[in-house]
Amino acid sequence: MKNVIEVTELRKNYNALAAVDSISFEVEEGEVFGFLGPNGAGKTTTVRMLTGIIKPTSGRISIMGFGIEQDPIKAKQLIGVVPELSNAYNELSAWNNLQFMAELYGVSGRVARGRAEELLTKFDLYDRRDTKVKTFSKGMKQKLTIAMALMNDPEILFLDEPTSGLDVRSARLIKKMMRELNNAGTTIFLTTHYMEEANQLCSRVAIINHGRIAAIDAPEKLKTRIGGLEWVEVSFSTPVTVSDLPDLPQVLEVRSSGDKLQLYTDEPGSTISRLVDYARSTDRTIVTLNTLTPTLEDVFIKLTGDGRAG
Amino acid sequence: MMAHDISDQMRRACAIAKKDIRIYYLLGPVIIFGILSPTFLFLAFMMGKDLPVDFLIAGLMGMTIFFASTSVAPVIAPIETQSRNLERIAAAPVTITTVLLGDVLASVLFGILISFVPILLGMAFGVMVAHPLTLAAGIVLATFCFSAMGLIFSAAPTSITSSVMMISMMVKFPLIFVSGIFIPISDLPSWGRALAMFSPLTYITDLCRYSFQGTDAGYYSVSVDLGALTVFLVIFMTAAIKLHERSLPERL
Repeated sequence: MKNVIEVTELRKNYNALAAVDSISFEVEEGEVFGFLGPNGAGKTTTVRMLTGIIKPTSGRISIMGFGIEQDPIKAKQLIGVVPELSNAYNELSAWNNLQFMAELYGVSGRVARGRAEELLTKFDLYDRRDTKVKTFSKGMKQKLTIAMALMNDPEILFLDEPTSGLDVRSARLIKKMMRELNNAGTTIFLTTHYMEEANQLCSRVAIINHGRIAAIDAPEKLKTRIGGLEWVEVSFSTPVTVSDLPDLPQVLEVRSSGDKLQLYTDEPGSTISRLVDYARSTDRTIVTLNTLTPTLEDVFIKLTGDGRAG
Repeated sequence: MMAHDISDQMRRACAIAKKDIRIYYLLGPVIIFGILSPTFLFLAFMMGKDLPVDFLIAGLMGMTIFFASTSVAPVIAPIETQSRNLERIAAAPVTITTVLLGDVLASVLFGILISFVPILLGMAFGVMVAHPLTLAAGIVLATFCFSAMGLIFSAAPTSITSSVMMISMMVKFPLIFVSGIFIPISDLPSWGRALAMFSPLTYITDLCRYSFQGTDAGYYSVSVDLGALTVFLVIFMTAAIKLHERSLPERL
């Protein structure tokens, strides 16, 4: 697979502060690439540089071989951008917003009309096509913003928190659309706060913290990186608190979760044996016993330190 | 840039102009303000003065073109900064020159449309246009020139519309008094005549006088008027592009 995005030593300074600190990475054709990080980590600044909205202090960005600074028109022609907050024109109708985007990207009138009809139908907005956007709900605006980004049939689609604050139905529709687009060959660069969303959709994720890339890999590979540790979740027939448990040397952390206890361990097998022994010795029965592998959220929290996701 | 790229960008500038017209110009209050503002200002200064109607109409014409062409262009950038629409434009495959050209085109069309009001008003008072082609060329050139001037006002990297309007008014009003609208340039003192040379409004007003009142009415020759407006247009457009290139990153 060829790289469609290549980022080399990218840096953005705001006065003395490096919002993005010499990061390098590549995105392959056909990937769904997730970009995760806590607030202020440099996610949005990076996306704005990749899409040519702001200029980097130093470094190079290549979009399908075109430098975003050297050849901005050709690079921007190939991408679609969905910002975190809708930037559709409130005083225009949904239809006119789409037509304006088509004209800005040089899409011919006949193709633009067909594509606008198709996208409005897909996003359940066709009946409201002649209504001014200012009357739309947040979900409708977000769907329209995505439709606007698709009017030029982009090779790469950048989405910044596309499901943030949306109802379940709209969020599902947008995730379904992302999968369909990706299946059709569109590369997707997704910034999200939702770990589960990144886990479900992304073939690779980069975790950025304090302006630097902390890790970059496939979600499952990242999970194995945090040392083969697993959670053992157990519940007993009668309540047991954390302090009731015997000393378990292989357990690194114990926490309670409702009527269950979760034990963080690098030896799940021996931990389970000790729990069974404990149940027998205290005349209890085990109601549930599960092993939980680390989630992407665990990886995120471990790599970003304070775990302020969002 | 290749010829194909230039024509591509021109088409995109037209798309921006169409968007501007739909959102900012086709509004009742904008049209009414564009007509009434210069008319009332003009009447306030001219009432009771014994001046020929064709002289008055030419002055009104210059002022109307000036007000109409500089009315909306200055506020598009701050409004779109606030509404984040500018970010949409910044991510699109268009240059800053294309965006500004789009804004200018919309403003030019609005200025040309509004310029028919004083012409019709003049006709109602029996004032005929002696040199229609010269007048048409002057109107087109002046609307381009003033629209580009309007863009300079909006180059300040602010999203506060009132700040831009204040800057705009601070420049526009003094210009009216040194451009031969109320007092013929020939009647101005020497310092006034010197000042008038630096106002683009002087040249369109002079051109209107020539067009409405006949061959001897102009203070400058037609070629000087058209040449000066062209020079001002080039200066204003170049300055607007440079200033917006500098201020755009601060808006985003």
